[in-house]
Amino acid sequence: MANHSEHVASARLYWLIWLALIICTVLTAYVATVDLGKFNTVVALGIATFKATLVALIFMNVKHTSEKMTKAILISAVAWLLLLLFLSLADYSSRLAG
Amino acid sequence: MSDSHAMETPLAVEHEARPELRHHFADEQQQRNAASLGMWWFLGTEIMFFGGMFCGYLVYRRMYFTEFAAASRTLNLPIGAFNTVVLLCSSLTVAMAVRFAQLGNRKMQVRMLLLTLVFGLAFLGIKGKEWGDKYKEHHIPTFNHYNVISGEGALTNVKGNAELLGLDKITDPVKRQQREAEIQQRTKIFYSLYFALTGMHAIHMIIGVGIFIVITWMAHKGRFTPEYHTPLEIAGLYWHFVDIVWIYLFPLLYLIDRRGA
Amino acid sequence: MATVAVPVEQKNYLNAEYGIRSWLFTTDHKRIALLYLVSITAMFFVGGFFALLIRLELLTPAGDLLLADTYNKMFSMHGQVMVFFFLIPSIPAVLGNFLIPMMIGAKDLAFPRINLLSWYIYIVAAGLYLWCIFSGGVDTGWTFYTPYSSLFSNTHVIEAGLAIFIAGFSSILTGLNFVVTVHRMRAPGMTWGRLPLFVWSHYATSIIMLLGTPVIAITLVLVVLERTLNLGIFDPSRGGDPVLFQHLFWFYSHPAVYIMILPSMAVVSEIIPCFSRKRVFGYTFVAMSSIGIAVIGFLVWAHHMFVAGISLYSALVFSFLTFLVAVPSAIKVFNWTATMYKGSLSFSTPMLYAIGFIGLFTIGGLTGVFLATLGVDVHVHDTYFVIAHFHYVMVGGAVLGFLGGMHFWWPKITGRLYPEGWGRLAAVIVFIGFNLTFFPQFILGYLGMPRRYWDYSHMPEWQGLNVLSTAGASILAVGYLLPMVYMLWSLRYGKIAGDNPWQATGLEWKTPSPPPTFNFDETPIVTEEAYEYDKMPLPEEVSLER
Ligand SMILES: [Cu+2]
Repeated sequence: MANHSEHVASARLYWLIWLALIICTVLTAYVATVDLGKFNTVVALGIATFKATLVALIFMNVKHTSEKMTKAILISAVAWLLLLLFLSLADYSSRLAG
Repeated sequence: MSDSHAMETPLAVEHEARPELRHHFADEQQQRNAASLGMWWFLGTEIMFFGGMFCGYLVYRRMYFTEFAAASRTLNLPIGAFNTVVLLCSSLTVAMAVRFAQLGNRKMQVRMLLLTLVFGLAFLGIKGKEWGDKYKEHHIPTFNHYNVISGEGALTNVKGNAELLGLDKITDPVKRQQREAEIQQRTKIFYSLYFALTGMHAIHMIIGVGIFIVITWMAHKGRFTPEYHTPLEIAGLYWHFVDIVWIYLFPLLYLIDRRGA
Repeated sequence: MATVAVPVEQKNYLNAEYGIRSWLFTTDHKRIALLYLVSITAMFFVGGFFALLIRLELLTPAGDLLLADTYNKMFSMHGQVMVFFFLIPSIPAVLGNFLIPMMIGAKDLAFPRINLLSWYIYIVAAGLYLWCIFSGGVDTGWTFYTPYSSLFSNTHVIEAGLAIFIAGFSSILTGLNFVVTVHRMRAPGMTWGRLPLFVWSHYATSIIMLLGTPVIAITLVLVVLERTLNLGIFDPSRGGDPVLFQHLFWFYSHPAVYIMILPSMAVVSEIIPCFSRKRVFGYTFVAMSSIGIAVIGFLVWAHHMFVAGISLYSALVFSFLTFLVAVPSAIKVFNWTATMYKGSLSFSTPMLYAIGFIGLFTIGGLTGVFLATLGVDVHVHDTYFVIAHFHYVMVGGAVLGFLGGMHFWWPKITGRLYPEGWGRLAAVIVFIGFNLTFFPQFILGYLGMPRRYWDYSHMPEWQGLNVLSTAGASILAVGYLLPMVYMLWSLRYGKIAGDNPWQATGLEWKTPSPPPTFNFDETPIVTEEAYEYDKMPLPEEVSLER
């Protein structure tokens, strides 16, 4: 269809993203062996989130989609997940105090 | 929120000319939008599906952190990292396949899809090998005499684990036995969750491979054009999603505490 | 030859094709709705049979009719069948399926084949559950609490768990279809602000189905794995935590209450303006309160766990959040009441159910607020007070809404009118029977009668109220059977309904009854808001009988 305004990304961008993902994987495996105190977990999850965001935005085309609902769905599903995790863990963390 | 279609072309003649258009849609735009919206909602559901297990994992990881960390160290880090790379490569080839469909390059499209299948199967093969190793190490709950205290799969075989678990400081044999029983129980929960999570992920991979076999066949038959390649596109979304799940599983399972390794 | 006007039978979705194949392979949302109607009605009778045995057992203080173990199975299976195989699919899969495409001016749902698939998945699940029943049943309570379900119960937990796991996918696919349909298939001019409230409520329901159901699915998988592979995730003697199961279970199962009640509210929001001949009061508030219920409904789950050992702080927060969820529900009740105020009311059958719904749901909802109060909950936890509370919501709310909706749209679905006199009689019988069954249970609960007991011979003074309750249940049963009979009768002998017997607004009433296969001969173009009753004439039928 003529009005099919699909975004065609450049191959170069895909290769760059791929490269970034590989570097992040090596990086996260390496950083885990360095003692960062409490921050090891934070860094590991931070890198994972960065990778996931790259995949979602570029490979899954969330960045250039003409469909606004995509972002809304993604945000609400992630929010729901955090809700489940946060409220359950809050119970466990506050038990000793109570 | 995008608005309803303004165009009305429900003419039988036009429909016949467009075989992929189902009767109840007004036009392809509407049909394509519906399919991708449906897939996105389905992925939202999938997030919550894995989310239930993630919740369980986080609760126990918090509760039994040292045992989880010690057990996590028995997972094969180089192989896990390599498998992550394999999966990331498959995501690249999927993205490329969609791109070649947009450009109307059938040959490269099929090649990229075949590569995707190779990477996907390689991931499953490597995962299978890892599970096989766990079997030999007696690390699978309820199978082959689960044992993390002695023998081939003893946690203390890994450098630093005895200190982490506090086993090096216990001299009283009775207390040591108690502690060992505790470790045996708590690591069993780790491995249960490890197999539940990676198993559920593998099931998704197997379904993904099945879907991509069909997609590859369709691409080979020249079914996808720059105008219409919705099945490829939404199958790709699914594949990337399964990839993202692994992106989180890798640090959560393999990298709980690798300091000084 | 002179042309004589021969009455040609109009083609509609019912007579478009004949034969069993035309039903089993249909992708018409209206036919699939009827497939669902038949299947959930069958499951309703299965669940009802268990209820009957429960009430008969409780007629006397001694445990004399059933064995203790059998009684455990009866209440467990009553709950599971009614919740997962009747209430959750009831209004969405039948009325929602039938009406949503018509209300938004579409030819079908967005994914007709997935719609059919969801019915088959439901049938597989229901079949597996029936198999579980016949091979000996399950006795875990409807909640599958661990470690009893994962470790101790020697009944068919795995089959039941898997059946409900599978049924979950049917529910997810239905929700997926609705959401995409509402987003993508609206007719020209059908803006979000013009959607009937029925559609808004179902949209909210679908979001809960999509984001809640997968959590219980995975939880049941874990229970099944724990049971088959002896894992210990939920077993406290092996380091597991049974409260984690409760968190995951209620994360879905509290919002599931809204999967049952929101569609009922959807029905009531259509009936009330029609039989008040007024625009609905505060359209935006009613629409937004549906979304509000869906969201806040996810923030309250641990109110089921106040005495299960959760932290005090957690309990306080969940108690407070539970009070909050009463707000959007109350907004709806106020708006319905305001709609009726100074309206020209007519008390036809659907309206009787709708008014009954408002009253009973209010009682059910307010007793829910009692239960959300920490102190009161500790006193009445696990007593008949709780049973009465959720039956006021689920039967007084969800089932009354279902019956009201079935009556309201029966002329559209079948093209025939049910006998109005019998309809009103049945509605009154249901109302009386329901209250007689469940009101005494509030008192019993407050007096301390625990739920799930089959023998109360240590407290014989509870018998009077139990006898009342059982008597009420038999009246209620009559109230359920009556519509079955006269509705089947009306299929053949009922008066021809015409396109719009109630003079209701909404696109579904602008097409013939029964509707043609693709709903509309021409795609409608919407130019006005929902519920423009000031522009509609009064219906003859109803105004005569007033
Ligand atoms: Cu609740």
